[in-house]
Amino acid sequence: MKESRALPIAVALAILLLLWYAAAVALNWTQANGDLLATMSLAKPLLPAPHQIAVEFWNSTAGQRIDSKRSLIFHAAVTASSMLAGFALGVAIGLLLAILLVHVRVLDRALLPWIVASQTVPILALAPMIVVVFGAAGLTGLVPKAVISAYLSFFPVVIGVAKGLRAPDRLQLDLLHTYDAGRRRVFTVLRWPSAMRFLFPSLKVAIAAATVGAIVAELPTGAESGLGARLLAGSYYGQTLQIWAALAMASLLAASGVGAVVLLERLVIRARGGRL
Amino acid sequence: MSDTTVEARGLDLVFGDVAALSEIDLTVARGDFVSLIGPSGCGKTSLLRVVADLAQPTGGTILVNGTTPHAARLARAYGYVFQAPALLPWRTVERNVTLPLEIIGLPKDERRARACQQLESVGLAAFARKFPWQLSGGMQQRASIARALSLQPSLLLMDEPFGALDEITRDGLNLRLLRLWEATNLTVLFVTHSIEEAAFLSSRIVVMSARPGRIVEVIESDLPRGRDLDIRDDASFHALAHRVRTALRAGHSYG
Repeated sequence: MKESRALPIAVALAILLLLWYAAAVALNWTQANGDLLATMSLAKPLLPAPHQIAVEFWNSTAGQRIDSKRSLIFHAAVTASSMLAGFALGVAIGLLLAILLVHVRVLDRALLPWIVASQTVPILALAPMIVVVFGAAGLTGLVPKAVISAYLSFFPVVIGVAKGLRAPDRLQLDLLHTYDAGRRRVFTVLRWPSAMRFLFPSLKVAIAAATVGAIVAELPTGAESGLGARLLAGSYYGQTLQIWAALAMASLLAASGVGAVVLLERLVIRARGGRL
Repeated sequence: MSDTTVEARGLDLVFGDVAALSEIDLTVARGDFVSLIGPSGCGKTSLLRVVADLAQPTGGTILVNGTTPHAARLARAYGYVFQAPALLPWRTVERNVTLPLEIIGLPKDERRARACQQLESVGLAAFARKFPWQLSGGMQQRASIARALSLQPSLLLMDEPFGALDEITRDGLNLRLLRLWEATNLTVLFVTHSIEEAAFLSSRIVVMSARPGRIVEVIESDLPRGRDLDIRDDASFHALAHRVRTALRAGHSYG
């Protein structure tokens, strides 16, 4: 089974790399004055070749001291801290709202449209205002960044968990009614366990969104550290290699986040006898 | 405790402009096995739900164990077995059976002891640690019966519990249920649309008709206690089934 899964992934990766190299040659052709080898070794290429990104990634991680401003690990750690804080905050808010929506009908009608509307506002427009407002209150650094991150990550949690809490069917609810189980009991023995199936997909989306939020939050703060700052600096100076290396690190960060959620999901599945 | 478990007088239940139940008079004595039989839409499930306080009658009176259905529900006087097993898939069979005991706040040891005893009585002791989806449909329904019995109710309400099962499994479960009823002083109110099932199990058969849901006839069974599945080949069984069929037809239920 493992082999049959690895092969398609390897093939897809090979095709992707091939297309990438082809695109790099095509895009860098003029800059390299029509020299095929030069298209893949420019200092500031329009599109860096994959191996250039790999080298840059290696140099800025393994090749630097971790506390150096040139270290991608340092920047990733800064972004990861606001991403994790934002994720935790977003999940907490998301769960709270979902529980409220399911239990208070008035809130379902009053809040849900606003919750949906909140996600139609471009985060790029909102982020600077959040930074300014929190800055005026004396909160700078992690807090506004975490809030921006939470703003993006609470949404999938509310929608998914609210749906999950409503998943129990009539029969199961009637059953608990015959035992005279109160709302709190219905929640703990029925609604919450039913929501697990919806919670984990939501958490995966939320942690990826939290990563995006954390990076976006670093753009307007004029931050000097973080992957967002690194991206911004890279684009100021046309350092495409730096940008792509930072992008690779950002994907790695999001992927590890999703991986952690998957791990947690596996633990829960095991505790439930193999099914969610 | 009185000798009457369920006592309904002039019971009406109206949903919008549909009369689900009309003028229902029904007495279920303690220790009775009463089947409610009739075509779909005759209100047999509605009647069961009224007894269970899952639906509120719009007219008439009903007493369960001498009190209102509401008080009876709060006293956990009955166990309810639904059409589907309604087991919680994330709980083992044992923990499904202990669910009601957990809700009434019984200590863990007592919960496990009772679950063990009830699973034994439905022949599922060996499956206590399995999850519901690892069991066949018939076994799942047996687990749900064990769950209903774990509260040690005096009344068992069953809503077409074996309707979704194949005939062979259903026969086995019918016999098991009959033995269980004979061995205890349980009162059973059993909804079915199978004439055979009603005739085989019941001490009394309540025949209902639809639109509005009314009781057409109440038939006393003269089949002996301790009967087994072979009785279905007996003349007495055929005569009983015939009476039920005739009563159903009289209620214009074939059509």
